[in-house]
Amino acid sequence: MSRLAAKFAELKQANRKALIPFITVGDPNPEFTVPMLHAMVAAGADILELGVPFSDPMADGPVIQRASERALAHKMSLRKVLALAEEFRQTDKKTPLVLMGYLNPVEMLGYQAFADAAHKADIDGVLTVDLPPEEAAECVELLKEKGIDQIFLLAPNSTEGRVKKMDAVGSGYIYYVSLKGVTGAGHLNTADVEAKLAEIRKNTSLPVGVGFGVKDAQTAKTVAAIADGVVVGSALISKIEENLANPQKAKDEIVELLTSMRLAMDS
Amino acid sequence: MTDKYNMPDERGHFGPYGGMFVAETLMEPIRELNEAYQRYIDDPDFIAELDADLQDYVGRPSPLYYAERWSKALGGAQIYLKREDLNHTGAHKVNNTVGQALLAKRMGKTRIIAETGAGQHGVATATVAARLGLECVVYMGAVDVQRQALNVYRMKLLGATVVPVESGSKTLKDALNEALRDWVTNVDNTFYIIGTVAGPHPYPAMVRDFQAIIGREAKQQCLAQVGRLPDALVACVGGGSNAIGLFYPFIDDTSVKMYGVEAAGDGIETGRHSAALCAGRPGVLHGNRTYLMADDDGEIIETHSISAGLDYPGVGPEHAWLKDTGRAEYVSITDDEALEGFHALTSMEGIIPALESSHAMAYAMKLAPTMTKEQIIIVNLSGRGDKDMHTIAQREGIKL
Ligand SMILES: Cc1ncc(COP(=O)(O)O)c(C=O)c1O
Repeated sequence: MSRLAAKFAELKQANRKALIPFITVGDPNPEFTVPMLHAMVAAGADILELGVPFSDPMADGPVIQRASERALAHKMSLRKVLALAEEFRQTDKKTPLVLMGYLNPVEMLGYQAFADAAHKADIDGVLTVDLPPEEAAECVELLKEKGIDQIFLLAPNSTEGRVKKMDAVGSGYIYYVSLKGVTGAGHLNTADVEAKLAEIRKNTSLPVGVGFGVKDAQTAKTVAAIADGVVVGSALISKIEENLANPQKAKDEIVELLTSMRLAMDS
Repeated sequence: MTDKYNMPDERGHFGPYGGMFVAETLMEPIRELNEAYQRYIDDPDFIAELDADLQDYVGRPSPLYYAERWSKALGGAQIYLKREDLNHTGAHKVNNTVGQALLAKRMGKTRIIAETGAGQHGVATATVAARLGLECVVYMGAVDVQRQALNVYRMKLLGATVVPVESGSKTLKDALNEALRDWVTNVDNTFYIIGTVAGPHPYPAMVRDFQAIIGREAKQQCLAQVGRLPDALVACVGGGSNAIGLFYPFIDDTSVKMYGVEAAGDGIETGRHSAALCAGRPGVLHGNRTYLMADDDGEIIETHSISAGLDYPGVGPEHAWLKDTGRAEYVSITDDEALEGFHALTSMEGIIPALESSHAMAYAMKLAPTMTKEQIIIVNLSGRGDKDMHTIAQREGIKL
């Protein structure tokens, strides 16, 4: 069983939901990332999404765009993200790691070389924003050989046919994007999300994480009540951006926010 | 007889290129768009309306003009210019915006968005939006807003909202990113008019089909005026829409050579250029796989060209395919050479070309003398140069 599948099974057993924070690796600087990841696990994170910075983050709102730009200013790259993941693994062999980014850095490395490198870094899942299942066959196959899950997105306008497609091609979990828009946008509508999740579950038994629009303990609690996992990104990265002169303070505030989410989700 | 050229496949692939590399939220809108496009492209009512607009609003057919004096001076092949500069709004861009706007209307969309670099596509989009009474938002890199101030003003006069894009390199690619973000957010009522043969399927095929009027007319005109097919076609390549528009109807005429001219900026060897086909490598950006300017880590590299319309790190996927198969040849022209082309056409023929088109002129100046006097080159004069007066004057140290 993959680390992701095992994690969701364990959570289900304990009647808990996954807390899945996302940060852009290398933001605000490369030294910040590994200690931050450990601190997030200590604060109750179950799965970590590692944002791979890209020069043209088409699906991201301003907060994650700027995080990408800050990381790239430190020459962060897919290879360096994998190196930092390896560093994290030296002291945490348990927490599933998911790479989240865009396809071009993977294309440049080559799918086989990427699968090998991700395996070496002990990565558990890969979510490539601009790689829909229609184009993913080769990549999925190579990752699968290495025991790495390919995670796909579903959106409010995804049809039943697409849910079936994700179920067939994807593994690990499904990431449901709660609204039509970019990361960091607007407020999620609970009733809409709940209705769509019911539809999705008719066609897949994969766990479903919900992201976009999770901002605080209250929204985390609301989402946890209806989904298998709660993804939070822009709200954490905002803490980094608000404290660029003081990364320690950013780290403390992120821990504080995640702790409050964990508490709210479990209560 | 070889098989007739029949690209792309039903999911938008030109061999390994093209495709639909977009986030999930856009999969349904592009499916919907593709369905509408497939339906209307063969619909007699739609075609009749499009043809009428192209004739009465755009002013087609555009002439095929024999540049006799220039040809004689160059002493080689006879040069014919396809006069897209004479279209309404001054460039080939409007062929596509008229078509996509009619599609938007048929699909019941009330809001139009577009990206623009030089501003020509933005102007052509704002123009058709004004005519149809549709809301129009144009994304433009903040750097381009500065260097194409005249076109920004034109768009505003036409009622469009111009949004300067401050992210990334603040040029065309970033405008495209921002337009995609808008589209994801407003998919229900919004139609995204992409200005070149880039983006996810069906855009590269659809924009090509709307621009192919250039090549269809040129072929007919050449047969009527000269009595035979041309020997070579030359067009500049930014995203590649004016080039594919000219090339496409000639693809099966294998005696006709095709040259796409990319911007070499300060020179390919300096790295400061935007010649994705000549000096880039395959990758994925803006919804398709194609040749790109990217570094070893896959980050997109900043591009350079004197002409804002060629300042793009990618290129339409069909050109990538035509390059790999050898059907078309891709070459590059530096900023300085483009300026020579600009002045040559201006002084020899009394036609002031756009800086983008000047790249094609400059290559024709190299090519013609290598050919015989009996041979014929058709060069796509994709746009007129009025918008570039400031850039050229500044470059040549003249205060206006
Ligand atoms: C006059 C003119 N020619 C050419 C181009 C380049 O675009 P494409 O390669 O799509 O024809 C532009 C783009 O703005 C343009 O304005």
